[in-house]
Amino acid sequence: MENRKLLEVKDLVVHFDTFQGAVQAVRGVSWYLKEKETVAIVGESGCGKTVSIQTVIGLNPRKNGSVRGGEVLFEGKDLLALTQKEMREYQGNQLSIIFQDPFTFLNPTMTVGEQIMEPYLLHSRASRQEARARALEILRLISLPNPEETMKRYPHQLSGGMRQRVMVAMALICDPKILFADEPTTALDVTIQAQIMELMNGLKEKLNTSIVLITHDMGVVANMAERIYVMYAGKIVEHGDAETVFHHPKHPYTWGLLGSVPRLDERIQSELYSIPGTPPDLIAPPKGCAFAARCRYAKQICRKCEPPRIGFEEPEHYAYCWLNHPECIRRNGVTVREEE
Amino acid sequence: MVRYIGQKVLIALATVFVLATATFFLMKLIPGDPFANDKVSVAVQEKQREYYGLDRPVAVQYVTYMKNLLHGDLGYSMKKTGRTVVDIIREAFPVSAKLGLFSLLISEAVGILFGILCAQFRGKWPDYLLMVVAILGIALPSMVLGPIVRYLLGVKLQILPVSGWGSFKQMLMPAFVLGLGTIAGNTRSMRASMLATTTQDYVKTAQAKGLPPVKVVLRHQLRNSLVPIIPNLGGQIAGVLMGSFVVESMFLIGGLGRYFVDSITNLDYPLIMGLTIFYGAFLVTMNLLVDILYGLIDPRIRMK
Amino acid sequence: MNKKNDSIKFAPDDFAPLPDSEKNGEQLARKKTSYWRDVWRNFRKNKAAMASLVLMALMVLLVLAGPEISGYNYYSNDYSAVNQLPGHAHWFGTDSLGRDLWTRVWAGGRVSLLIAILATLIPELIGMVVGGISGYFGGKVDMVIMRAIDVLMGIPSLIYMILLMIVLGSGNIATLVIAMSITGWMGSARSTRGLILQLKTREFVTASETLGASPAWVIARRLIPNTLGIRVVGITMSLPSAIFYEAFLSYIGLGVTPPTPSWGQLVKAAGEVFRYYPYQFLIPCACVALTMLCFNLIGDGLRDALDPRLRS
Repeated sequence: MENRKLLEVKDLVVHFDTFQGAVQAVRGVSWYLKEKETVAIVGESGCGKTVSIQTVIGLNPRKNGSVRGGEVLFEGKDLLALTQKEMREYQGNQLSIIFQDPFTFLNPTMTVGEQIMEPYLLHSRASRQEARARALEILRLISLPNPEETMKRYPHQLSGGMRQRVMVAMALICDPKILFADEPTTALDVTIQAQIMELMNGLKEKLNTSIVLITHDMGVVANMAERIYVMYAGKIVEHGDAETVFHHPKHPYTWGLLGSVPRLDERIQSELYSIPGTPPDLIAPPKGCAFAARCRYAKQICRKCEPPRIGFEEPEHYAYCWLNHPECIRRNGVTVREEE
Repeated sequence: MVRYIGQKVLIALATVFVLATATFFLMKLIPGDPFANDKVSVAVQEKQREYYGLDRPVAVQYVTYMKNLLHGDLGYSMKKTGRTVVDIIREAFPVSAKLGLFSLLISEAVGILFGILCAQFRGKWPDYLLMVVAILGIALPSMVLGPIVRYLLGVKLQILPVSGWGSFKQMLMPAFVLGLGTIAGNTRSMRASMLATTTQDYVKTAQAKGLPPVKVVLRHQLRNSLVPIIPNLGGQIAGVLMGSFVVESMFLIGGLGRYFVDSITNLDYPLIMGLTIFYGAFLVTMNLLVDILYGLIDPRIRMK
Repeated sequence: MNKKNDSIKFAPDDFAPLPDSEKNGEQLARKKTSYWRDVWRNFRKNKAAMASLVLMALMVLLVLAGPEISGYNYYSNDYSAVNQLPGHAHWFGTDSLGRDLWTRVWAGGRVSLLIAILATLIPELIGMVVGGISGYFGGKVDMVIMRAIDVLMGIPSLIYMILLMIVLGSGNIATLVIAMSITGWMGSARSTRGLILQLKTREFVTASETLGASPAWVIARRLIPNTLGIRVVGITMSLPSAIFYEAFLSYIGLGVTPPTPSWGQLVKAAGEVFRYYPYQFLIPCACVALTMLCFNLIGDGLRDALDPRLRS
């Protein structure tokens, strides 16, 4: 660990109260981010990845007790202990976020330029001229054509890709230490997705920003992240560096996610694989392993006890799955991933 | 934007045309001769018949009537001998307009402000208090509210004049009675609209920028929340106008509303007809202006 | 990292495969509640709406039974007992002609509520038919109907209503209802059309069509019933405006003919003597105000209960 940890999330627990009971959206999650690093949190929608980062940047209301436990240490300071007002100093400034859907996350009645300048005007106490100049600089950096013209436009006058670039510009204008990207490409066309990913990859080189990327798409992660956390039903199920998770995944859920990436190198177009079933109800999470119900390799014990954390030879590679338990290996041999 | 306005103008013109035509034929449907009336001198009756060409075929009468309308000629009053409908409008409408505009401006602003406050203090005492005001405004139509306010403020407390027109003080009570409905309506819709925008994604974006709540509301929520309540404005103008019929009669104000109610009581058909078309055209114009305002506030509509 | 694991005692079959049949057992634990039960549960939680519902039930009861139990009728004058205060003989007092106000208020309620109900349901029905046709057939039919509605909605309904009252002749319930129906169906047509446009592409409609159902049948039996949920809110909300229109038309002299009472007539008649006999004014006013208020609150409650966004 040559770099210090810039952000560390420890045992974060987030619940939401609803009519039917508390939804246990995040059930004890720990992860960290080093300086100038890109980390990906991967999982299906509803697995708690969005909730956990929105909690980190203080977008989940704390007053109704959503956050039930844990710490979020940013440069050694616990963000969860800050007041709303103190937290606002960080939001949009040192911690910024790109949301999933550029169609709904931009204000329809405000020009794009206004919206981009807004965080800068707020956090740097700059004049409007300075803010304008800075906004243009950022728009050029992300190679948006015609920045002056675009600034005067309203969101509905721009294409999806342009809007997402605007979101990126808005997030970067204050030169954040950490950029959170919540499914930044999901709402876009495939070709535009590639452009945005390329843009973000390029920015990584140019800027001093660490990135937390959230996605359900292993394909997106492949050429961006250095480390990967796989999340399922409010918990981390596997972690390792990107290389390891791609080539030696140990959790059946990770296998499933990898299986659902369409592979261009395969000549015979195999049927697109998807994990059968739906994620469990987090109001009453199942006993044992949450993935057992959808797991084709599930054992009896998976329904009874939660799997322990089991480490592997590569540094910091671990998974929560009974299949890797010595006792299981002793009785059943090593379980191998079946080709779909 | 030009196309948007053009379309609205066309519909407005069609509406006025349909209204004028309907008015004409509905008046024709009234059994007997609407101008036969012993209280009016034979000379006036003759003049009316001649004016509308009642001896000629209906089609010819209709053309004459429409031609007159195009020239801004709404005919003569039957009861106020020798006066044209246009004269009466010219004299009485400014009074109604002044009262209505005053009432509308204040109540729009107050209602919107109340709505914002309600949404911000949702579930706390300011919300409940203002919602009670809003509920009273919805439950108390002007004919109920008027006498009560007049009695309390005019007779019991004697802080405002009971009736009449001219001074600023005389305007306050009728303006309040006229405007309470608008205040109530705006409080409720603005509250709902603000609460709806609170959960919008772009509000989350604004929060993620670190904007303090006041700025989030004023810069991001307000304008978006106004969009759905702008169309209510047309109905509110109509409501104030309708209220003016009651309020002007109740507070003895010589506005157009009172003339209209009188014309109904007196069965002054030409005046009813003329004022109907005038009011109709006025409200259609107002709705047109509201539509244009709507387009100005929401850039998305401008484009369509 | 896995120090603790040694201490766990494993059962012999712990690492035997888990049969598929056991996998989904727990997933169905959460009960799925039915739509209308959900709506009712949400509605019941709204205290204001529930109180309004109870109050309106009481009001309807009084309107039905009130005139029968007073021992008076609404039209007989009694000059020996004019302008009496509410008391033992006359529960709500008497008016300037010595008529029993208790009887007149509830008899007036019959007229006002009857007008309100008819003037709400008839335009709603017209709107459903027109909106249903417009939405179901789409294309040119829809274009023509919608443009016509645009124009008709542009005409201020109040002005039009007054004109109709003059032409039809004021004084009875029927003309009031007809005038309100002619001017009031467009909103419901527009809303029904919008809902039907959303519904008509759904499977159950396609299924009926494939089975050879006629358009009329599909509209009446498949589409309209599915719009009712949302239209119920509109219906509840337009009831108070009908009450208001009745009072308004009475005020400008186009209401029902005396001695037939209606709430609007009672309010108008007593408004002039409010200073001297406030009870004559306040009682019918309270009826108007409460009815308008309660139906608004019931409508609010229904809307909130039906709106899935507000459920979380």
